[in-house]
Amino acid sequence: MTATSRLERPARRRAVPSPARPAGDRGGFGLFLLPGLLLCLLVIVVPLLMTIGVSFTRWTGVGAPEWTGLANYRRLLADDTVWASFRNIGFLIVAMAVLPTLLGLALAALLFDYVAKQAGPRTASAFRAGFYLPQVLPVAVTGIVWAWILHPGYGALNAILTGVGLDPLARNWLGDPTYALGSVMAIMIWFQLGYPVVMFVSGLRRVDPELYEAAELDGASWWARTTRISVHLIKPEIYVVLVTTTIAALKIFGPIFVLTRGGPGNATLVPSYFAYQNFFERVDVGYGSTISTVLTVIIVALVAVILRVQRREED
Amino acid sequence: MARRRGGRPTRAVVLGALTVAVLLMLAPFALVALNAVKSPADYAARGPMALPQRLHLAGIVDFWFRVDFGEKLVNSFVVSASVAVLAVLVSILNAYALGVGRVRGRTLLLIFFLLANLLPQEALVYPLYHLAKQVGLYDSRLALIIIFTAIQSAFGTYLLSSVYAVFPRELLEAAALDGAGRWRVLWRVVVPVTRPTVSVLFTFFFIWTWNEFFLPLVFLISNDKQTVPVALGVLQGDRLMDATTTSASALLGVAPAVVFFLIFQRTLTRGALAGALK
Repeated sequence: MTATSRLERPARRRAVPSPARPAGDRGGFGLFLLPGLLLCLLVIVVPLLMTIGVSFTRWTGVGAPEWTGLANYRRLLADDTVWASFRNIGFLIVAMAVLPTLLGLALAALLFDYVAKQAGPRTASAFRAGFYLPQVLPVAVTGIVWAWILHPGYGALNAILTGVGLDPLARNWLGDPTYALGSVMAIMIWFQLGYPVVMFVSGLRRVDPELYEAAELDGASWWARTTRISVHLIKPEIYVVLVTTTIAALKIFGPIFVLTRGGPGNATLVPSYFAYQNFFERVDVGYGSTISTVLTVIIVALVAVILRVQRREED
Repeated sequence: MARRRGGRPTRAVVLGALTVAVLLMLAPFALVALNAVKSPADYAARGPMALPQRLHLAGIVDFWFRVDFGEKLVNSFVVSASVAVLAVLVSILNAYALGVGRVRGRTLLLIFFLLANLLPQEALVYPLYHLAKQVGLYDSRLALIIIFTAIQSAFGTYLLSSVYAVFPRELLEAAALDGAGRWRVLWRVVVPVTRPTVSVLFTFFFIWTWNEFFLPLVFLISNDKQTVPVALGVLQGDRLMDATTTSASALLGVAPAVVFFLIFQRTLTRGALAGALK
C-alpha cells in the first residue's frame, strides 16, 4: 500500500450533546450501515477468519486442508528465514518511521519557523512540495526508478561515481548482501520523508505565534523554542506519523518485490513477501497463512496500544 | 515578523543547504527524464549525466506499444475512479449512521472499521483469491474494485464519522422540521455541507488505489487487465530492458503520478487529512 496516512486521529472533540430525541429515533439509521457492513464481512472478516483457520492446517490450495494444529507455528518459531525477515523489518522501521520522523521534524521546523519568515511562504511551500513529490509515486514505480539508478551494469549511480573518478565506491548496490538492505533503507527514507514534513508543517500552523514571541522575549534560542514548544504542541501529529509509518513498514511489499525479491539470499526478505512466496510460489498455503496471522496479530496489538494511549491522553 | 538574528551568511547557508537537499530529492526524477529521451548509443557513449545529444523519443514510443500502455492507463483509471466513487458513497452512508445517527455500539464499530483498513492484505489475499476463483471473478477488475471499495471505505468511515459526529444539530433539526426524511437530510444537508472533506477523501482514495500493487499483482494475471504499477513492476529484470528502456518505463510510471500531484497539490501537501480531523 501507499505508505501513508491510513491512521489519522479520530475526532478529539467530544460529541456535541444532542437534544433529547424521541425514543426509537436511533432505529432506522442501522439500515445505512448495511451495505458497508456486508462489504466488510465479505471482503475482510470472512477472509481473515479463513486465513486464521488455514494457519492451523497443511494445504496446497487444492482439495481439503489437513489439520495439523500448532505445527506451522512451531515451524515458524524455528525458521531462520522468518527471523531474518523480522530482523529486516526492524531495520525498515528505522528507515520508514524513525528517521523520516526525526528528519521531518527538523525540516518542518526549519521550513515553518525559518524559511517562511526569512524567504517568504512561497519559498517554504515550494520546498515542502519538493520533499513531498516522491510520496505520490506508486511504490512499484519507485522501485523501478531506483532499480535502474542502482543497477550494477548500466545504473546511473555507478556511472556517476566512475565519471568523477570514484570508481572504487561503485558497488552492486542491490545485489550484494552487504549493501542490499542499506540501499533499500536509503530508498525508503527518500520515499517517506515528505509525509512527516507535510504533516508536521500542518501541525505547526495550529501553534499560536504568540507562544513563540513570548519565548523569544524570554531569550529562548531557536533550538529551545523548537524542541520545547513545537515538538510538544505537535505531539499528536508525531504520534500519528510514527504509528502509520511503522504499520506501513510492517506491511511493506511492493518495493521489495520490484527491487530485490527479498534477496540476495534473505538479505532483504520481509514477512509479507515471504508469505506471498509461500502462497503463490511454494503452494504452502498453510504456512503462508501462519506468517500472515502472526503479522496481523502484531499490527492489531500495535493499534490496540495506540488506541489505549490516545484515549488516556484525551481524558 | 521582523528579520531577526541570523544575518545574511546564516540565511544563505540554510537556504543553500535546503536547496541542495530538495535537489537531491528531485534528482531521481531528473535522471529518469533525462535518460528516457536518449538513444541507447548516446547513453553508452556519454553516460547518464550528459544532456541528450538530440531528443530521442523512440524508447518511450517503443515501450508504450510493447506494453500497450494506453490500455494500462485505462485499466488503472477505471479501477481507481470506480473505487473512489463507491468508497466515498459507502463511507458517507456508514458515517451518517455512526456520526449523525449514533447507532448503538458505534465506538466498537469505529474500531472495527479502523482495524479493517489497517490489516495486512497478506492476511486476506489467499481466501480472496480462492473465493474469487470459485465465483468466476478471478482475473477481473471487478473483484479488485469490490475489494478496494471495502478497504478504502473502512478508512473513510473512520475519518468521516468524526466529522459527522460534530455536524451542527440545528441544521439537522431545521431540515427535519421542514419534513425532510433521513435520506433527504443526508443528501440535501449533510453531504453538501461536508463537501470539502468528502472531496479530500475522494482524492486520496483515487491515488491510493492507483498506487496499489500487491492485490492487483495477485488478481490481474492477464496482460490486458493489468494496472500501470503491475504492468511496469513485473517487467523489472526482464532481459529486454536496457538502461534507456528502463528509464522510459520509469518515466511512463512517474508521469501520471506527477500529473495527479500537480492537480491535487493543495490537497496533498497541506496535510489535508490531518486538517479534516481538527
